[in-house]
Amino acid sequence: MPDSTLVGLHHEEEHHPELLHHFADAQQQRDSASLGMWIFLGTEVMFFGGLFCAYLIYRRWYFGDFGAASKSIDATLGATNTAVLICSSLTVVLAVWAAQTARRTLLIGSLIITMLLGLVFLGIKAKEYKDKFEEHHVPGASFSFDHVPIPGHPDQYANPRHAQIFFSLYFVMTGLHALHMIIGLGLFAWLLTMAWKGRFTPEYHTPIEIGGLYWHFVDIVWIYLFPLLYLIDRHP
Amino acid sequence: MSMATTTIQPVERENYLNKEYGALSWLFTTDHKRIALLYLMSITFFFFIGGFFALLIRLELLTPAGDLVQPDTYNKLFTMHGMVMIFFFLIPSIPAVLGNFLVPLMIGAKDLAFPRVNLLSWYLYIIGGLMMLHCMLTGGVDTGWTFYTPFSTAFTNTKIVEAGLAIFVTGFSSILTGLNFVVTIHRMRAPGMTWSRLPLFIWAHYATSIIQILGTPVIAITVVLVAVERTLHLGIFDPKLGGDPLLFQHLFWFYSHPAVYIMILPSMGVVTEIIACFARKRIFGYSFVAFSSIAIAVFGFLVWAHHMFVAGISIYAALVFSLLSYAVAVPSAIKVFNWTATLYKGSIHYDAPMLYAFGFIGLFTVGGLTGLFLAALGIDVHVTDTYFVIAHFHYIMVGGALMGYLGGLHFWWPKISGRLYPESWARLAALIVFLGFNLTFFPQFILGYLGMPRRYFQYPQEFQVLNVLSTAGATVLGVGYLLPMIYFLWSMRYGKPAPDNPWNAAGLEWQTTSPPTTFNFEEEPIVTWEAYNYDELDAPRKQGVPIAR
Amino acid sequence: MSDHSKSSPLKMYFGIWAALLLGTLVTYKAAFIELGRYNAAVALIIATIKALLVALFFMHIKGAHEKLLKLVVISTVFFLFILLILSMADYGTRAWS
Repeated sequence: MPDSTLVGLHHEEEHHPELLHHFADAQQQRDSASLGMWIFLGTEVMFFGGLFCAYLIYRRWYFGDFGAASKSIDATLGATNTAVLICSSLTVVLAVWAAQTARRTLLIGSLIITMLLGLVFLGIKAKEYKDKFEEHHVPGASFSFDHVPIPGHPDQYANPRHAQIFFSLYFVMTGLHALHMIIGLGLFAWLLTMAWKGRFTPEYHTPIEIGGLYWHFVDIVWIYLFPLLYLIDRHP
Repeated sequence: MSMATTTIQPVERENYLNKEYGALSWLFTTDHKRIALLYLMSITFFFFIGGFFALLIRLELLTPAGDLVQPDTYNKLFTMHGMVMIFFFLIPSIPAVLGNFLVPLMIGAKDLAFPRVNLLSWYLYIIGGLMMLHCMLTGGVDTGWTFYTPFSTAFTNTKIVEAGLAIFVTGFSSILTGLNFVVTIHRMRAPGMTWSRLPLFIWAHYATSIIQILGTPVIAITVVLVAVERTLHLGIFDPKLGGDPLLFQHLFWFYSHPAVYIMILPSMGVVTEIIACFARKRIFGYSFVAFSSIAIAVFGFLVWAHHMFVAGISIYAALVFSLLSYAVAVPSAIKVFNWTATLYKGSIHYDAPMLYAFGFIGLFTVGGLTGLFLAALGIDVHVTDTYFVIAHFHYIMVGGALMGYLGGLHFWWPKISGRLYPESWARLAALIVFLGFNLTFFPQFILGYLGMPRRYFQYPQEFQVLNVLSTAGATVLGVGYLLPMIYFLWSMRYGKPAPDNPWNAAGLEWQTTSPPTTFNFEEEPIVTWEAYNYDELDAPRKQGVPIAR
Repeated sequence: MSDHSKSSPLKMYFGIWAALLLGTLVTYKAAFIELGRYNAAVALIIATIKALLVALFFMHIKGAHEKLLKLVVISTVFFLFILLILSMADYGTRAWS
């Protein structure tokens, strides 16, 4: 009968300082944290999923108007941002590997670079939002989208009301995504602090792993947002 | 025949209730059992708020004229009744109270996988609840609990955004509870507790958790979109701006239909436990019952547009959803067959929990069958938005879910509180609830079929008799609900101390003290027996050997 | 999570990173080429491949010792598709009547 599971008694074999009381051993704690984060990411998929559903329906209905609106946002900036996030996902896996192999400098450096890349992403996003604001493409009272031709049909103008729906979805979807980025930055700031204090070892670095899972998820959402929002109808 | 034993335990052993005293020890607890009690108090509070609105509705409907309240006020009454009862009572009820308390105990664990997340879950519920209370006290909402667009986004001037955000916050609470249960059930089962030895209560909560995890985020984003549209006039749901109001309904019902399975599945789990114990038999068809829970969770996601048959969806979609809605009834029916087969040749005892379970089976069956009426397109066109629908879902939610909740509270009360409730009063209350319920809601089937619309505060004279019967029933029902409140509270001070296993029931939760200690078990249990081993439990009694405790 | 080989994950990580960047470039360039209705399909297929690469290799689903994580991902995607496809059952057929 294994002693280490007796209530109220701590035996050295499994008692790492980070082991929480109600878990039988560190493996169970790790596996629980991992499963918990994956399930949470599942909820996030459904959360964004509602927006993707709305987007798909209106894109199908108002393809031409959506094409015109999509053409007016900067695809190069969008592609750059995609590359930025991909690089940040690389630095995240490097951070996890560094924690696994007790490479403190690489761990801290990777975390810092990840955060910097996140800030670059947000900076580019801010520039895009500013452009949209100046062009009066922000939905609301001052929205205007007159005399913009539908791609492939130079004689037809896009319907401003339908274009406004595109921009509503654009701002809500990228805004929600940016909010998740900001939360991610906060999360990584906390991870960085813990890493600086030397709290992570090859035996215990679960927060880095599950923080990394969150960051990769935010990357995956953008991987879909980019073609759907920026590249609807660019070819004519 | 009551089965409570007369063995007396010493009362002052250390347990989770007396381990620490003081409000802070409760407000900062991470003990799943204390959190369950925090939830018990909070949801009881909201139950009475929702019940208060119901009382006002039924008072107004005593007379055909709209003479008690203004029309706008009536709109607010039925809206707040629905929102409070659904989001702040029914959805949390069994999972947050009985689930939180029992899931670790039933699987032999010391706590849930994430105790601090569990506490956070309760705080989110409270914050959402306070937001909703504030919303109600400062004007409320008048759109119906379904807050359809474009009325909710463009026309009403009530506090939609605040109510929506309250739902958003409380929804997060629901998600975290579900997440906690799934991880706990996967990771924290005691040695020997295989999936096929789990109590069916656990299977039911696992299925419920799947729905909470996958469905709630969709209403969360819907609420965000409504709030954004309302404040910024975006046009996603507004036909004047090119939007589609039906898109709102699709997104809303994608969650809100599976939500009804969040409300009923845990109750089915409770009923399964009660029936096995009070028929002294293994559950007939364990795997069927287990998999039917999962099937209900999965199928429940495929039927949402049956709430939209007359809203303007395409007739072809309506056909598909009608067919799927028939399919979702099958796993529920399977459960009813299995409960019945369990009762057959069982040794039946009519303690209060069992009375609630019997009530559940009958009333849930009626509610479920009337759901099939509604799934048929032809009938639905006739009775949609009438009192027929109201009767249908109250049979399931009140006759089903709430009775299961009460039955479960009674069944596990000795474990939770360490006290026995007074059995005669409990049986009387169960009877009053059953009679009051039927008097309240059966006339509503007839009213709906005759054409009385829902959400109307005035009606033609010919409907008055049935409405009066319904209001009378509601009064009786209210008395029935007050009684357990009184005697449960009474029992905490004056009730007989409960033995560890007053029902001689199967299940790990009965193998520990009543009430349990903070970490549940003195030694980690090692499970070597199948679930519902009532033949083993009853063998000593049958052989005339006195049961040692 | 998997700490068997210490140096080979690095090569794999950089390889995946390069593939992801390449995929982004292809997506961007392909958008400017006239492919008719296949533009959307190409973009989404490449996006899905990229998402799979991130999930399998960066999020370590590939090396996971139990099927549970794959089940979580597949279930989630399944229900997302239910939302999208059954909604389209309505929107796609309204014009038929």
